Amino acid sequence: MTILGAADSGPSCYSRFVNEWFCWQYVEDRQGQITDALVEHVLITLSALALGIAIAIPLALLARRVPRLESAVLGFSTGVYTVPSLALLPLLVPFTGLSAATVVIGLGLYALTILVRALLDGLRSVPDDVREAARGLGYGRARMLTRIEMPLALPVAMAGLRVAAVSTIALTTVGTLVSYGGLGDLISHGVQRDFRAELMTAAVLCVVLAVVLDVLLVLLQRVLTPWTAGAR
Amino acid sequence: MDGGGALMDLFAETWQYLLDADSWTGGGGLVARLLEQLLLTATALAAAMLLGLPLALWLGHLGRGGFLAVNISNVGRAIPTFALLALLVAADWPGSSDFGPYGRAGLATLIALVLFALPPLITNGYVAMREVSTDVKEAADGMGMSRLQRFRRVELPLALPVVASGVRLALVQVWATATIAALVAGPGLGRIITEGFARNDYAQGMAGAVVVALVALVLEVAAAALQRAVDPMPSGPSPDRDDGLSVDSTSVAVAPTGS
Repeated sequence: MTILGAADSGPSCYSRFVNEWFCWQYVEDRQGQITDALVEHVLITLSALALGIAIAIPLALLARRVPRLESAVLGFSTGVYTVPSLALLPLLVPFTGLSAATVVIGLGLYALTILVRALLDGLRSVPDDVREAARGLGYGRARMLTRIEMPLALPVAMAGLRVAAVSTIALTTVGTLVSYGGLGDLISHGVQRDFRAELMTAAVLCVVLAVVLDVLLVLLQRVLTPWTAGAR
Repeated sequence: MDGGGALMDLFAETWQYLLDADSWTGGGGLVARLLEQLLLTATALAAAMLLGLPLALWLGHLGRGGFLAVNISNVGRAIPTFALLALLVAADWPGSSDFGPYGRAGLATLIALVLFALPPLITNGYVAMREVSTDVKEAADGMGMSRLQRFRRVELPLALPVVASGVRLALVQVWATATIAALVAGPGLGRIITEGFARNDYAQGMAGAVVVALVALVLEVAAAALQRAVDPMPSGPSPDRDDGLSVDSTSVAVAPTGS
C-alpha cells in the first residue's frame, strides 16, 4: 500500500487532479466520516445477524419436529436466497420506509436462510448412538436438546454463522439504496464523484471487517467447542 | 410511508406502473433492460464456465489445489460485489463507457460478473470430482480404462449433479450481481430500481424489484430442473443431494456471496 503524504505546497493526494487510489491523507482528514460509516456498518451487520439467529433457532427446532414444515422452510430459504438484494430491499420499503430497519430486516432474512439450514444440518449430524445413550441415561427431551444435541450441532452451526456473517458484511453495502449502507454509502459517493481514495478505502475496510469478524467467530468456536480443536 | 392507506396506494401505483405499456417499451423500458440483463447474465455465465470448469474438473481429477479450490468461495464471499463493481467503473480501464449491446459500463459489469461466477463453479467442480468414490475409480482402472476414459466415462457423469449445482449457484450470483451493477450506473434491470429511488418514485422502484425477483425465481426453478435432468442416479445413494442449493453446507458454498 502506498502512503503518499502530500508535500507542503502540492495538492493532497486525494485532490481532483491527482485522485490517487490509496491516500493516507484522506483517511486522516475524513477520519470522523469514515469512523461513522464503519460503526453504522458494524451495527447494521450485527443487528441483522442477531435478528437472523433469534428467528433461526426456534424455526429450526420447530422444523425438525414437523417434517412438512421443514420442506416449507427449506423451500422458502431457497426462494429468499434467490432474490437479489437490490430487489429485496425495495420490496421491504413499503413496510419499513427508508430506514436502517429495511436493511437490517432484509439482511436478517438472508442470514436466516443460511442459519436455519446450518442448524438443521448440525442437528442431523448428531449420531443416533449418542442420542440413544443419552436416552438410556434418562435424559428428557429438553435436557437432551440443551446438553447433548445443541453442543454437538455447534460446529456445523458455527460454520453456517461464519458464512452468514461474512456475506452480511458484504451485503450491507447494498443498503446504500436506502442511504443506510455503512461503508457502502462511501463507495456510492466515491463512484458518483469519481473519488478514488474514498472508494478504495471503503472497499478495503469492508474486506478487513469481514476477515476480522470471521477470525473472531473462529476464536469463539474454539472456546465453545474445545473438543474439535484437533479435528479441523 | 406510514399508515395502511399510503401502503395500499404504493401497491396500487406499482401495479399501475406494471400495467402501463409505456413502462415496458422504449430505450430505458423494462423490456430493453430485461434483455440487457439476460444477455449480460448468459454471456458472463458462459465465459465463467469456459474458464472455470475445465480448471476445476482437472484439478479435481488430479486431486491437487484443493485448498485454493475450496477457499476461493470464501474469499469471493468477503468481497462486496458493489465495491468491486465500483472499483472497475472508477478505474481508467474498463471504465464506464458503452460496450456494444451490453450498454453503459457493460465491460466493467461483465468482468465483475465473471469474477463472481467463478468461485461457486470452481469449488463445486473440484468437490464434485473429489467425491467420486475411490472404489468406482479403482473399478474403472481394473476394467482397463485409460485415464482419459475414466475421466470422461466414469468421473464426469458421476460428478455432473454437483457441477450442475455449482452452475445453479453461479447463475443466481450472476443475476444478483447484474442487478447491483445499476448502483454504479451500469446496465440492466437494476436501473429501473435505482432510477425510481433516485426520483422518489417508489412505485417504479417496487415494480423493478418485482420483475427482478420474479425472473430470478424462474431462472432458479429452470436451473433446478436442469440439475435434476443431468443426474445419472436420480434416486441414487445420496437422497439428500438435491435438498436445495449445493452438496453439503460444511464443504461447499451455500450462500449469497456478497450480492
